[in-house]
Amino acid sequence: MLDLREYQSLGEALRAALERWPDEICLMEADRDREKVRLTYRQFKEAALPLASALQDAELGSGTRAAIIMTNQSKWLISAYAIFFCGGILVPLDYKLPAAEQLQLLAHSKVEFLIVEYHLWRAIMQTDGFKNLAARVVLVTEAPSGADLGGAKRWEEFNSEREPEFVPRGRQEAACIVYSSGTGGRPKGCVLTHENYLEQCMALTSLYPFSPGVRYLSILPTNHAIDFMIGFIGPFTCGAAVVHLRTLRPEFIREAFRRYKITYMTLVPMVLKSLERGLRQRFAELPKGRRTVLNTLIKTNRALTRRKPNMKLSRTLLPQVHDAFGGELRAFFVGGAFTEPATLQFFYDLGIPVGNGYGCTEAGTVITLNDFKPFRADTVGKPLPGIAVKIMNADAEGIGEVAVRSKTIMSKYLDDPEMTSQTIVDSWLMTGDLGRIDSTGHLQLFGRKKNMIVTEEGKNIYPEDIETAFEGLAVKEFCVFAANYLWPQRSMVDEQLVIVLHSEAGKTIDKDLLEDLAARNRRLTNYKRIHGYLAWDQDFPLTASMKIKRGELAEKIRGAVDRSAVAVL
Amino acid sequence: MSSLQSTTEEVMRLAAEHFKVPPEQLTPDDDFFKKLGINSLQALDLLTRIEHHFKIELPDYELQGVSDFRTLAERIQTRL
Repeated sequence: MLDLREYQSLGEALRAALERWPDEICLMEADRDREKVRLTYRQFKEAALPLASALQDAELGSGTRAAIIMTNQSKWLISAYAIFFCGGILVPLDYKLPAAEQLQLLAHSKVEFLIVEYHLWRAIMQTDGFKNLAARVVLVTEAPSGADLGGAKRWEEFNSEREPEFVPRGRQEAACIVYSSGTGGRPKGCVLTHENYLEQCMALTSLYPFSPGVRYLSILPTNHAIDFMIGFIGPFTCGAAVVHLRTLRPEFIREAFRRYKITYMTLVPMVLKSLERGLRQRFAELPKGRRTVLNTLIKTNRALTRRKPNMKLSRTLLPQVHDAFGGELRAFFVGGAFTEPATLQFFYDLGIPVGNGYGCTEAGTVITLNDFKPFRADTVGKPLPGIAVKIMNADAEGIGEVAVRSKTIMSKYLDDPEMTSQTIVDSWLMTGDLGRIDSTGHLQLFGRKKNMIVTEEGKNIYPEDIETAFEGLAVKEFCVFAANYLWPQRSMVDEQLVIVLHSEAGKTIDKDLLEDLAARNRRLTNYKRIHGYLAWDQDFPLTASMKIKRGELAEKIRGAVDRSAVAVL
Repeated sequence: MSSLQSTTEEVMRLAAEHFKVPPEQLTPDDDFFKKLGINSLQALDLLTRIEHHFKIELPDYELQGVSDFRTLAERIQTRL
């Protein structure tokens, strides 16, 4: 692997990797069971540099902002490298966001370049705010011949034969602007520096070293901070290979494990649970005798790997399980949301350790990770090397807000010094999560202090961001809260959103209002929907600028009613 | 070619069969995530079932932003 201390920027490190392992495979892309792309590091360079050259011709230079909106595929990485090569700042946007929200973030980040997949571009072109899109250059991938691109250029034809000039960037300069939330109200654009990423990559690969021959299966979108680091920067700076699968269908994921002999994979809890359900079902369908033998072997494996994983032993004891995963799988990584300990233990007992971690975009992705020394299903692991974690204002049980200090912490929120100073206090990042550090240095999480929820798909939802969907409701005022913020509980599962409705004097919450509420709720993406409503009969406390004092309102509600007052929509 | 109405009905029938709910409980404008109590991965399972039935290929992204049977049927209809 590269010694990342020697490099100043992601572009410089990636460039060195492409020279270091020219004949190793770095990237494969499969659409279902059809392999579409297979590139060595040399071929990756040959694909990216003509794009970089054309981007330079279009004046993408040091500090120019360029966004990518694409599903999980090889052109994402090729484009990202070309942007870094030119000294640009990458703005990776979530392709699953509605087009209107993508347009808001494109405007907020002031991008000059946009690289986007055709079907997503089509949706953007059909959206009201499209005419205000300020990007100078738009490149569209995979557009059918003859398609109307609304003035955009075809990615596949956007290249130049001129040798591009590598543009260096400093460690403290911005590498990416990553939105952790904020499409509805106040965008949170985390400005992450080259140092943030290089330090994070060093910390992660010191625990889980990648090397040539290692194959990482990428099913999370690369705009996801975890996949960007563990499915791009990490493997590339170690000479490993990334396999992009353009579908989340379980049958093709299973096929990819076997076909590509996958070594590592990152998933969100929802996908891990789905794999668990599938395996449990297959085990249950075994004839009784075979099931008894299997259970005995699983118990034996558990007993023999209690101190640390033993891959060779587990593969010998449980060959049918490991063969189903291709026979080379060393570990899963899971993050983005809380994972139930029983699920982690289930896989560990099969000899498939799950690196359970905790992090956030503001901290440069990963803060803590299980090191399997020994495996602990009840924690999110220990802080990565170089990352300090402390618990602020701990209560009698040692539980308080998790604060983090390290070179991986973002430099700021884009154009928001006020929110930056509230979030980074004396160089400590206040995460808003509640946790405790146990006697062995493992972090355990107990809930949130902040008003937000995380879905099992790993999506962070801030109530303020979805309130625009309810503007114009026939009430005097309304406010959306995370239920666990109104009524704190020590849990990080089944988090829900609640809308508080204050009717006009003399009016009640009637059928028409509820129908309107339900219809608006349906229009939201499924994971952003509110769970229920709470009728409230007092005026909301407001600031001088007529904004709701959310903390104060939450306190009043908490003092007056409990969860049972919420009516499910 | 099937009409949108018949495609919608077929989609609801397949969903009812796949997730074992009485078909008469489903209507075209139902939010299938809520009505069937499923997550996005389980919805992809339904997509696979639909592909086999209609003998078409639906990329995962066709499910993006779709949560009711009628809109899903519209997406299918463009590929029939």
